[in-house]
Amino acid sequence: MIVDYLIDIIPFAADWPGLVFVSVVIFCAVPVFLFIAVYALVAIYGELKVSSFMQDKIGPMGQGVGLHAGKWGLLQPIADALKLILKEDIIPTTADRKLFILAPFIVFIGAFISMAALPFSQTIIVADMNIGIFYILAVSSLGVIGIILAGWSSNNKWSLYGAMRSAAQIVSYEIPAGLSIIGVVMITGTLSMQGIIEHQSGFVWGILPNWIIFQNPFTFLSFFLFFISGVAECNRTPFDIPEAESELVAGAFTEYSGMRYAFFFLSEYANMFVVSGVAAAAFLGGWRSPIPGVLDTPGWGIMWFIGKSMFLIFMMMWFRWTWPRLRVDQLMSVCWKGFIPIAFFNIFGIGIWKLLIG
Amino acid sequence: MYRDFGTILIFALLGIVLVYVPLLIQRLVAPKNPTPDKLSTYECGEEPEGSAWVQFNIRFYVIALIFLIFDVEVVFLFPWAVVFDELGLLAFVEMAIFLSILIVGLAYVWKKKDLDWVKYRVKYGRGRYSGIIEEKPEGGTVGTS
Repeated sequence: MIVDYLIDIIPFAADWPGLVFVSVVIFCAVPVFLFIAVYALVAIYGELKVSSFMQDKIGPMGQGVGLHAGKWGLLQPIADALKLILKEDIIPTTADRKLFILAPFIVFIGAFISMAALPFSQTIIVADMNIGIFYILAVSSLGVIGIILAGWSSNNKWSLYGAMRSAAQIVSYEIPAGLSIIGVVMITGTLSMQGIIEHQSGFVWGILPNWIIFQNPFTFLSFFLFFISGVAECNRTPFDIPEAESELVAGAFTEYSGMRYAFFFLSEYANMFVVSGVAAAAFLGGWRSPIPGVLDTPGWGIMWFIGKSMFLIFMMMWFRWTWPRLRVDQLMSVCWKGFIPIAFFNIFGIGIWKLLIG
Repeated sequence: MYRDFGTILIFALLGIVLVYVPLLIQRLVAPKNPTPDKLSTYECGEEPEGSAWVQFNIRFYVIALIFLIFDVEVVFLFPWAVVFDELGLLAFVEMAIFLSILIVGLAYVWKKKDLDWVKYRVKYGRGRYSGIIEEKPEGGTVGTS
């Protein structure tokens, strides 16, 4: 959408269509990358502070006169990033070198190209494709390939265990996530992200905003299914068996160090944002204001969308410091014996609700 | 159309550049002092024993197979969900039949205990599994589970 808009206002676009298109897309992609980077710094700082406050600590703080990590430890994530870039890059001699190097690229690209279809506001969406939500579900599972490659190529037992567990977990939880989204598509009748959000205007039940989560009891359940499956797809606690620090060192990323590790880390945070963003757009009205008609301009839309996503990310951090890790057999039975039957029930429920009530 | 997926293609190519440039910077600023010990595989400080590319639990294969079926099914559901409003009751009944077949499949896998990570009953238990060997029913034949 924003790409089309920029191409329209460039006067010489008709003479050099290809060149203008490529430069406009690069012009759009760089802010997306900067957004991921800045958001990751904020999220890392947030995670440190949230975890500290939940454990009754104060977290990173400036020491002495407040110079070491900045005021309130604000420079801590930047110090972390600097440390990672100054670390020696180690590739084990027994590793499969080509695949080892390839893995972080695939994981990062999977996270990065999903961001292209996220609707930040009425006008700001890089690629408003007509299959938006389907596309995001599809490319967000690219990361599994990267994780499997990382685990396999490291030639390390921890890595292989972590990678296999991670793959089993991510592919399993993709099914309840996809089935929950099908409920949304049944209600809206479109796969486009903007179309889904357009559908959520006005009020429902008199006072609630007409977000899909409030439209009927089954969608209410679907939201929780999708969000919990999303947490599992991001390998976050309580679903962090793939990189359970206390048993598998760092899971698939055991042999990675420095910037290569940083990119796995960055992709994990980017994936958290993608999951939260899709949940916010599909169930919580995306860029729509909580009070329909008030502050519903494109400028505020960015605030609402990022605010809702950040709230969901805060929920993920809250989960992490509240619940213990699931066991691997519990993890699989929660998905296959709990979530998938409930997701089928939801699809039937939404279908019957639509046919009877509308 | 070409604008949508062209954008994605350029994003993917740019993604490669954006990963490559920090790696290049790291190569310039980070120390480089490899030693054989540093480059050996990490195994909690021990000498790594053998290759890590070992045989793996069959469970993962079963999960992958079940996943494949259900994921393909989700793909089939998407076009149906988009036009669900226009087609109404007939489409709902048809999809209910389709889903029922799959749910029967899920129930079968469930009954066969392929969804359990740990099979608590084994036919011929040895070692640490000897305690959980399946009880023989009175008739004498071992149950199918």
